[in-house]
Amino acid sequence: MGPIRLRRSAEARDGTRESDVRLRSLVAAVAATAMGISLAACGGGDKDDSSGGSTGDQTLTYWASNQGTSLDNDKEVLTPVLQKFTQETGIKVNLEVIGWNDLQTRIQTAITSGQAPDVVNIGNTWAASLQATDAFLPFDGDAMTAIGGKDKFVPTALATGGKEGTDPTSVPLYGLAYGLYYNKAMFAAAGLQPPKTWEEMVAAAKKLTNPAKNQWGMALAAGSYTENVHFAFINAAQNKADWFNGDGKPTFTGDGNVQGVLRYLDLMQKDKVANPSNAQYDNGTKSVNDFATKKVAMVINQNNADSSIVANGMKAGEYGVVPFPAPAGGEQVASHVAGINLSIFKNTKHKDAALKFVKYMTDAQTQTTLGKPFSSLPVLKDAKPVFTTDAAEAATFQDVYNTKSKPLPLVPAEDQFESTVGKAMNAMFAKIATGGTVTADDVKAALKTAEDQVAASS
Amino acid sequence: MSLATEQASPAASRPAKPKSKRGLEQRPGLNRWLPYALLAPAVLLELFIHIIPMLVGIWMSFVKLTKFFIANWSSAPGVGLGNYKVALDFNNAVGQGLLKSFGVTVVFSLVTVAFSWVLGMAAAVALQPEFRGRGIVRTLFLVPYALPAYAGILTWNFMLQRDTGAVNHVLDQLHLTDGKTFWLIGGNALISLITVAGWKLWTFAFLTLMAGMQSIPRDLYEAASVDGAGNIRQWRNITLPSLRPVNLVLVLVLFLWTFSDFNTPYVLFGTAQPPAGDLITFHIYNASFLTWNFGTGAAMSVLLLIFLMIVTGAYLLVTGRRSRRA
Repeated sequence: MGPIRLRRSAEARDGTRESDVRLRSLVAAVAATAMGISLAACGGGDKDDSSGGSTGDQTLTYWASNQGTSLDNDKEVLTPVLQKFTQETGIKVNLEVIGWNDLQTRIQTAITSGQAPDVVNIGNTWAASLQATDAFLPFDGDAMTAIGGKDKFVPTALATGGKEGTDPTSVPLYGLAYGLYYNKAMFAAAGLQPPKTWEEMVAAAKKLTNPAKNQWGMALAAGSYTENVHFAFINAAQNKADWFNGDGKPTFTGDGNVQGVLRYLDLMQKDKVANPSNAQYDNGTKSVNDFATKKVAMVINQNNADSSIVANGMKAGEYGVVPFPAPAGGEQVASHVAGINLSIFKNTKHKDAALKFVKYMTDAQTQTTLGKPFSSLPVLKDAKPVFTTDAAEAATFQDVYNTKSKPLPLVPAEDQFESTVGKAMNAMFAKIATGGTVTADDVKAALKTAEDQVAASS
Repeated sequence: MSLATEQASPAASRPAKPKSKRGLEQRPGLNRWLPYALLAPAVLLELFIHIIPMLVGIWMSFVKLTKFFIANWSSAPGVGLGNYKVALDFNNAVGQGLLKSFGVTVVFSLVTVAFSWVLGMAAAVALQPEFRGRGIVRTLFLVPYALPAYAGILTWNFMLQRDTGAVNHVLDQLHLTDGKTFWLIGGNALISLITVAGWKLWTFAFLTLMAGMQSIPRDLYEAASVDGAGNIRQWRNITLPSLRPVNLVLVLVLFLWTFSDFNTPYVLFGTAQPPAGDLITFHIYNASFLTWNFGTGAAMSVLLLIFLMIVTGAYLLVTGRRSRRA
């Protein structure tokens, strides 16, 4: 709904002579969201009345991110879970599932207008940026106790909740990690073993690439800035390079950063193991679909790819997963600590109810219920992954998540890092796909521009 | 339009004067307030929809409205002209980006307006004489205008895909290309953007010009053909001069629309917009919403507003002077 609202406001603007565009879309978006929420609130109120409402009007508004195969699928999965919560506590939950393309804008609008839901899902990489807005409830001692104590979480997962050394403003809900998915039959036919180093991965991918038959070693979501920036981060981390220094200032142009980015770009440029068309893949689903329909032998994706792969007809035993490998001698970083966190808006009128809800969503039973349909890793210390029946796969992902992942920079400018570096990589992939060449100097220049942009607005 | 009012006013106002005076004396209260009452809703709406948001935008351009302050706008510290300095510092990444985007937008607007105007004019001329099925062709031509922008642009997005798009398929079948052209990334993105925006706009040009042509007296053409003027001569010497007032407004409106087009790049490219298709409104949107820096974004918006006001003012001044001389 978010972009449609924006678009509508943009249409309205088209019909006018003046041009103060961004402002007007902002104001319109604020108004539209405010209207949406007040309508939602009315709906909730009506339901309360009809049920007699002996528990008062304790209705929480919950914005959930898209974790399942579609927005409807999310709704189907979450509804019984939320009903159970209502039965246990008498607190009703008004659910809205929001697609990834809209979620950040919707949250922004909510912060700006003050017309916010009570509880919201966020991409955990946004945590430090959102914390900086001061619009979210910090999980201080009392709040943390109310949701079951910080000791129940996997420490690396909880560390994504906000800036280091502060009370986090979000807690982990669903854990995710990258893995290298490979097609077992294709590897066996070519006499290949699952790769343990970057070099082995590239060699295998080359062997499995045959452009004449439209067969490629790997699929990359090379037009998705959010995916691209993750690989910029992971590849740089394998080179022991960081994107921000201790003061939170960007350091994008280090040698490790440049070489890391170039290494990933070279999968399409030098190694030619990815279809140039991938430069138009603007989300991870497209590359996963290529893997599931056996057009490519490998894909690097987070473990929630499982549901899409199976939905496209591939069976659980047909693919294997190994950690995304580092070059020989590199740092063993295979993923960032990916996942979804849960935040409470500070201005909620139902703080206690919201805390109860967060506790419920992060308790062992709910985690187990939601782990399978959403293909997520448990964020709780002692929980076992349930998203797959393949024990080896589960063990691989749990190992990557717990020991081989590094959190993305926990600085307020993290969101700017994502958009500037990610978009720079989009443009470089586009250049490669359309026949151009990207050298290390080009990468450095592009990262310098991104660094300047971040520096200018922080 | 200004011509019409100038001509009409001396004739109409003289006899009306004494009448209105008498009316005022009879019912002073009602007559004094009725016009304001009738205007009030429009003024209020104009105030809330245009003026206040614009003033807020101008205020925003002078404060540091980053993510640290959006939860509480009023606490944002003033930065004076700081946001403008960042946006206009062309040695810096932000300023350079804005300048590039401005260049792309100028090229995009000029070509799109020319493209739409030529197509619209050609279609309007072609449909000027009566023939069987004219109504059907007219209706057909109006489809791009009637289609919701979102649906139309999204269809173009599908058609312009590299592997599965209809455009590449057709070009391949005709052996014009190898069918592997990228249309939505790289340099071709601008061509695609102009095509789609032009496709959306030309119908408006067509509609306006067609309406304008209805008011050209038929006998002018008849007289001209008796004198031996061919079609092109007739178009140049009758159609074009008669449509001058229409064209003046049309070209201005087309320019302002294309220059501040947001829908087309937003829907056509999604989050993966290529540098060649980085139109200025979209650039400003990204500068504000992706980096959460609404102050700089607002400063860019104000600069865009000033630019368009200057262009519009200059255009009206130049064309107005010419029409008075004529």
